[in-house]
This record gives sequence, structure tokens and C-alpha cells, in this order.
Amino acid sequence: MSPRNAARTAYLVLIYGFLYLPILVLIVYSFNDAKYSLEWRGVTWTWYRNLLDDPDLLQAALNSVLIAALSATVATGIGALAAVALYRYEFFGKPLLQGLIFVLMMTPDIVMGIALLILFASLSLPLGFWTLLLAHITFNIPFVVVTVLSRISGFDRHLLEAARDLGATEFQAVRRVVLPLLMPAVAAGWLLSFTLSMDDVMVSFFVTGPTFEILPLKIYSMARLGVTPEINALCTLMLGATLILILIAQLLLRERT
Amino acid sequence: MRRKEPFKLTAVGVIGFWLTAFALLPNLLLVVASLLERGGDEFVALILTLDNYRRLFDPLYLGVLLDSLWLAAATTLLCLLLGYPFAYLLTRMPARWRPLLLLLVIVPFWTSSLVRTYAMVILLQTNGWLNQLLLDLGWIAEPLELLYTESAVIAGMLYALLPFMILPLYAVLEKLDRRLIEAARDLGAGWITIFRRIILPLTLPGIVAGCLLTFLPGLGMFYVADLLGGARAMLVGNLIRDQFLSARDWPFGAAASVLLTVLMGFLLWAYYLSARRANRGALP
Amino acid sequence: MSEWVIELRNVSKAYAAHAVLRNVTLQVRAGEFLTLLGPSGCGKTTILRLLAGFEPADGGEILIGGQDMRTLPPEQRHVNTVFQSYALFPHLTVFENVAFGPRVKGVKGAALREQVMDTLRMVKLEDFVGRRPGQLSGGQQQRVAIARAVVNQPRVLLLDEPLSALDYKLRKAMQLELKQLQRRLGITFIFVTHDQEEALSMSDRVAVMNAGRIEQFGTPRQIYEAPENLFVARFVGEINNLLGRIVTAAPPRYDIRVHDRVINLKSPYVFGVGDRVNVLVRPEDVRIWREHEGSAEERAALFPAVVEAVVYKGSTVDLAIRLDSGDVLSTTQFFNEDDQALMNLDFREGERVFVDWVHDWETILPHEE
Repeated sequence: MSPRNAARTAYLVLIYGFLYLPILVLIVYSFNDAKYSLEWRGVTWTWYRNLLDDPDLLQAALNSVLIAALSATVATGIGALAAVALYRYEFFGKPLLQGLIFVLMMTPDIVMGIALLILFASLSLPLGFWTLLLAHITFNIPFVVVTVLSRISGFDRHLLEAARDLGATEFQAVRRVVLPLLMPAVAAGWLLSFTLSMDDVMVSFFVTGPTFEILPLKIYSMARLGVTPEINALCTLMLGATLILILIAQLLLRERT
Repeated sequence: MRRKEPFKLTAVGVIGFWLTAFALLPNLLLVVASLLERGGDEFVALILTLDNYRRLFDPLYLGVLLDSLWLAAATTLLCLLLGYPFAYLLTRMPARWRPLLLLLVIVPFWTSSLVRTYAMVILLQTNGWLNQLLLDLGWIAEPLELLYTESAVIAGMLYALLPFMILPLYAVLEKLDRRLIEAARDLGAGWITIFRRIILPLTLPGIVAGCLLTFLPGLGMFYVADLLGGARAMLVGNLIRDQFLSARDWPFGAAASVLLTVLMGFLLWAYYLSARRANRGALP
Repeated sequence: MSEWVIELRNVSKAYAAHAVLRNVTLQVRAGEFLTLLGPSGCGKTTILRLLAGFEPADGGEILIGGQDMRTLPPEQRHVNTVFQSYALFPHLTVFENVAFGPRVKGVKGAALREQVMDTLRMVKLEDFVGRRPGQLSGGQQQRVAIARAVVNQPRVLLLDEPLSALDYKLRKAMQLELKQLQRRLGITFIFVTHDQEEALSMSDRVAVMNAGRIEQFGTPRQIYEAPENLFVARFVGEINNLLGRIVTAAPPRYDIRVHDRVINLKSPYVFGVGDRVNVLVRPEDVRIWREHEGSAEERAALFPAVVEAVVYKGSTVDLAIRLDSGDVLSTTQFFNEDDQALMNLDFREGERVFVDWVHDWETILPHEE
């Protein structure tokens, strides 16, 4: 290998190494049979078992999954509809809508969290499940819109028209033609939303209350107290779950030849 | 006379309503709140004031702001310096490897940055992995105090945000027409000239996008500062959080948030300008 | 007036202050093959879209079967479209594509199967029922598009440049098939194309359009042999344009001075003495005599010229001929085995010849630029 190529490969490996090293260390130490030290003492599943014995943790995990699934579903519904409408129609306020979606996607999490908190407070809504759900749906929508829009832009412009020409109403045309073709993108959008929701810290931080605990916030409060193998195990599980979801989503978004 | 189109009305109505209620309205309220006074029992008192913005320029808070800006900027710059060559090299890899290589960047992009920041803690602890390694190698005699320093926070943010810089850079570098570079070389230009006058201007939108995606979160990521910087690190993100949770000074926190938003607006405008410039100069 | 299956009355349409159709009026007879012919941007596709219902007209009325279409959405009109890009549903099989229309109307089971298969047999695709559009050739996709439209037995079939993506031979074959299909089904076809040869060969009537207006509406023969204005004369086929001036007027005959000759010709238009006119001659109507042919006095009645270019085209020889007066004429000479003189089409560049055309086969129009 020429020195130039060697240098290039080395650089790539270095950066990849940087990206993955901490995670790998985390995963490895979740199996380490040592509570406080980082000396390697052998493989164990103790920490994982401990997780299962912690009812609060399990409840938080369940809550997270519930919120993620619900918000992903609603966000996918709204987002897919929005993407079809943006692609197909001209309407009053369209640039404003597109701008809003873009701004929503770009807004720093903390600003979104604060803004929503102020909204909920001014409506005197108690912080908990419902406020969390509304917030998650909101920040998921732009990602679904972008995912679906990029797929729908590849369609023949006249497909919907052809369906109407043949006698279908707009609803029927969307149901029978557009939706089936968009399914991979819609599913990918759902998976990405689920992931975003599961991992969200900053928005959730401001809009949830003590009555409804979710996993990332639990990890955060635990982590502030220090490193423990249980947290390692928990984080490893979360990483694993995210990894699987992302892989599936990427497979769905791959262009079919 | 216009035909009614139920589907269009439904779709546009739903998204329009949701965004107005949960995106437009909260931000308007945010701005309004920043102009009010803090309340006693209530979170805000309905009295208009510019005090909150004035307080932002108080040396104490100004210091926090400048610190955050400095940290976020340093992180962004590092991300750019490390990420640009990386993204470029990725585009030069054989086509059949690229999907996999790209996936390896996307995975950290989507995984929880909280988890990844926590992983950083394990690495940098006094009895952490890095120190163990250095001790074992004999490079140091005593463990280094890596945590709870500014460098740790930068390292943590760098780690969390690097993928956000790489992906937009990759997207724009991939679209770069190789033939332009060949044409320049054919005309006798050296590499520095080629970079400065062709590659850089054409990839500018990607650079600005990457900076947007790293700088703004960098200002707000209070959990990185918490976990890696400890009590000593007070950044804008932490400031805002404290105002809302501990100090209960919502208007002040809102003002700081609005400041962040204005910054974002400014960067978005820079992005828009750079994209327009790149498009104007682009070949048909 | 329900003798017309389609009627457009003063229809206009504009996109963002740019007028695409200007007061278009058109009547279509039931069962005819009508072609809208014109360059890109002339508005022909827009008319199709208005008829299909994808967009509303800004002004005027559109009637199909005597019924005002203003409030009727596309799915309720008895009109079907064959799109230029075919717009076949990629996720459905050939059968399902064609069955789409009937299914939406509630046709099921055996009746559905029969209806679909009958139509597929008509376009000779009965063996391809299980395939997806991605697995078909361009010509096959086109037939599916036609079948999908025709299965619904529409009153009118709209075809938007359906043959433009096909190669030459396939295109010629499909032109014939489409014509035969139309005859068999008896459906009114409205066909859009920019290819004038296609328009002439397939249509019962042709509407030549330009910049949102109908320039001429008539049978292919009328369009070709009696163009009503310079645009139509130029757009349909090749034309030679000679400037003339009326010397004597005795309608319908006129003495017209063309360059330094005066010719007596006929025209349905009314001209006055001194009027300027365009004398339009088709290339195939031009006659050429060699230097040595004919007598001197015969030659005196002809236009002297020089051959500038010779293009051999297999069945014809095309020549560009420069008259001594400066005009360049294009002519098409056919090989004719019955006439020995005409067998010799061995013209050379720079050769001197004498030119005329078959009188009364030309068209005379009021002068336009």
C-alpha cells in the first residue's frame, strides 16, 4: 500500500476509533465482574440481572417505550400526510409551513423544551404523560416529513392524477397508490421517530413531571451520581436497541433497484 | 366556484394546526415571557420589561455566555478540522464500501448522546479506562485529573457532535464534481489553490450546515457540562436550566433562550446565503 | 348542442400572469380522431389537462356530452388519460393496473376478470398479466397505459404525446395500431403531438396551435394543402415563401409579379391591385429543368437558378436552389421510373437550372412577415 493510502486509511481508522472506543469500553465493562474497579475480573451477567430486579427502572423503561411508540405513530401519521400535501399541492401559507418545519428541526432541544414548558404552564396543564407525548410528537414530525418527502420526490408526478383520472377520489388515490409506495419511507420514519423519542433528554427534561419517569432521565440522574456497572448495562441495552432500529430503518430506505 | 378538495383540506389543516399550536405558539410565548417580569407565586407577572435582556449583559451572565460561546466555537472548530478530511476521505473510498462506512457514522449519529457522554466519563475518570491504559503503559506515574475540566467538556461535546458535522460535509463533498478539480489541474493550479478557490466555495453550504448542527446544540447541551464538567461548568444551557428549575426566574431563562434562537436565526441566514452563492456559481 | 361530444367555448388559462390559452373555441365530433398539433408551450397539453379535470379553466366553458364540467372533479368525468410518462402504478401488476378503474367503480370477481382480460387481449398483452411495469419494455408499458384507460369505456380518450418515448420503427407500428384501436372502439380520441407527420397520418381532423391559439382547424389535407396562415404553412411540412405583388385583380384570378415575372394564379382570398402577397409552394411541387432541356422561349418563362446543395435521401433527392433573384428554394425530387428525364436526378452543386412550380398547386396568402 502506498504511503499516501496508508496515511489515509490510518486517519479514517483513527476517527472511527475515536467514535467507537468509548462505546466499546462501556459495553465491555457492563460485563465486568467488578463493582467499583475497572480491572478486568471476568464476564458476568449480574448487572443485567440487577436491572431486571429494579421495578422503578423497569417502569421507566416501559414508559419510555410507550411514549416512543405512541409519539412515533402519531407523528408518522401527521408527518406523512404533511409530506404528501407539501409535495402535491400549492396552498396559502405553504412557504410558511415549510419554514416552520425546517425551523422546528433546527431548533436546539433546550429552546424547544423551554418553549413547550411555557406553553403548558400557561395552559395550566400538569406535567406528565400528556405533555411529554405532545412534545415528542412535535419534535418527531419534521423527521418523518423529511424522510417521506425525499422518497415521494422520486415518484412519477402523474401517479396521483392517473388514479383520479381512473375514478378514484383523492382519499382513495392516496390510500391505493401513494401510501403503498411510501410504506418503506413511512416505516423508516416511524423507526427513526421511535429512536429519537427513546433517546431524548433535553426536551423531556423540561416537559415531564415526577409522576411519569422515563429512561433517559433516569440514566441522567443516576449518572450524575457516578459510574456504576448497572448504568453500563442499561446503556448497553439502549445502544443495542437503537442499533437494531437504525439498521432496519436504513435497510428500508435503501433504494430498490 | 372552486371545487372543495377534502383530502387537501384535511392534510394541510392537521399539520397547520399542530405546528401552529406546538411550534409557533410556544415560541411566541417564549418571546413574550422574556419581556415580562418574574412573578411570585405565578411563574410570570404580566408586566412588560426589558430588564431580562439587560441582565444578560451583566458581567456575571455575560461571562457565562462568552464561556459557552467559546466552548461551543472550539468544539465546532475541532469538529470541522477533524471532520472535513474524514468526510473527504470517505468520498474517495471505493463505492461498494461507502454504504457500510456511512452506516458506521450514522449509528453514533442516532444513538443517544447522553449515553455516549456517559461513556466518555468512564473513559476519563481518575480510575477510568484512559488513565488505566496510560498507567499500564508507563507513560504516567499518577492518574491524570481529566474529568471536571474544560478540556473534558470539549472532548465530550466533540464526541457527541462529530457525526453531526461529518454527515452534512459528506453530503456536499459527495456531490462535488471531480471534473472541476481535473479541469483546474489541467490549467496548472496547485492543490492549495484548488482547495481555496474550488473545493472550499462549493462545499461552503455543507460547512455552514455542519457548524449549525454542532454549534447550536453545543450551546445548549447542559448534560455534557454536568457530567464532564461538574459543578464548576456553567454554560448557557445550564444557566437556562437553572433559571427554570432552581431559580424560578422564567423570564430571564426565556430571554437567554431567545438569545440562543436569535443566534440560530443568524446562522441559518448565513447558511442560506452560502447556499445561494454556491448555487449561483454552479454549472447548469 | 349535443352533436359535439366536446365543446370548448372561449377557454382561457394562465399560469402566474403567463397566458397559456387565449379564448380557445373548439368543437369535437363523437367518434373522431382529433389531433392537437403545435410546438412546445403552445397550450395543447393544457387543453388536455383541462378536459381531464386536473386544473380548472380561468375563463370560458368546457362541455363534455353537453354537460358543463366546471364543478366536476376528474374522477367523475367519463374521460380517461394516457400520460406521456405512462404513470403506471409500479407496485401493481399489469392486471391490477388495468383493473384499477373498474375496481374503484365496484366491479368484482368474474365480471372484473372478463372486462380486464378482454381489454388486455385487445392490446395483445394477455400473457403479461402477472408482470410489474418495471419488467416491461417501453412499448409494452405504453400498451398497458392504453388498456388501463380504455377498459373504463370512456367517452373520450386523451393521449398526451404517448408515442414520443418510442423509437422510430415502434412508433410507426403503434401509430397504425392506435388508429385501428380507435376505429374498433369508436371512442373519440384527442391526441397531442408536436410531430406533424404523426398528426397528418392518424387524424380525422387536426387543430394546429401556437401560443395558446388555434391557428387552423381542419382535415389533414386542408392543413397541408391549404394553410390559412404562414405559421401553419411553415409548421406543417416544408414550405417555400416567395414574395409577390398583385398587378391585376380579377378575383378569383390575379396577375402576380414574382421577382421579374408575372404569373396568373388563383386564390380564394380577395386582393386589391398593389397588395403584397406570400406565394407559398411546397418543395415537391417545384419543377426543375436542366440547361439543355426545352426551347429557349420555354426557358424564358422560368426562373433561372443555381444548385447550392444536393441531399440524397434514398427515395428522394432534396435540393437547395438559389434563384438569381436571391431567394433560396428547397425542392424534393422523386425518382420516377416512367419518365426518363426525371430518372436523371444527378444534380451537382453549382449547376445552372431553371425553376418553376405546378401552377394552382400553390397557396397565396396576404403578406405576413
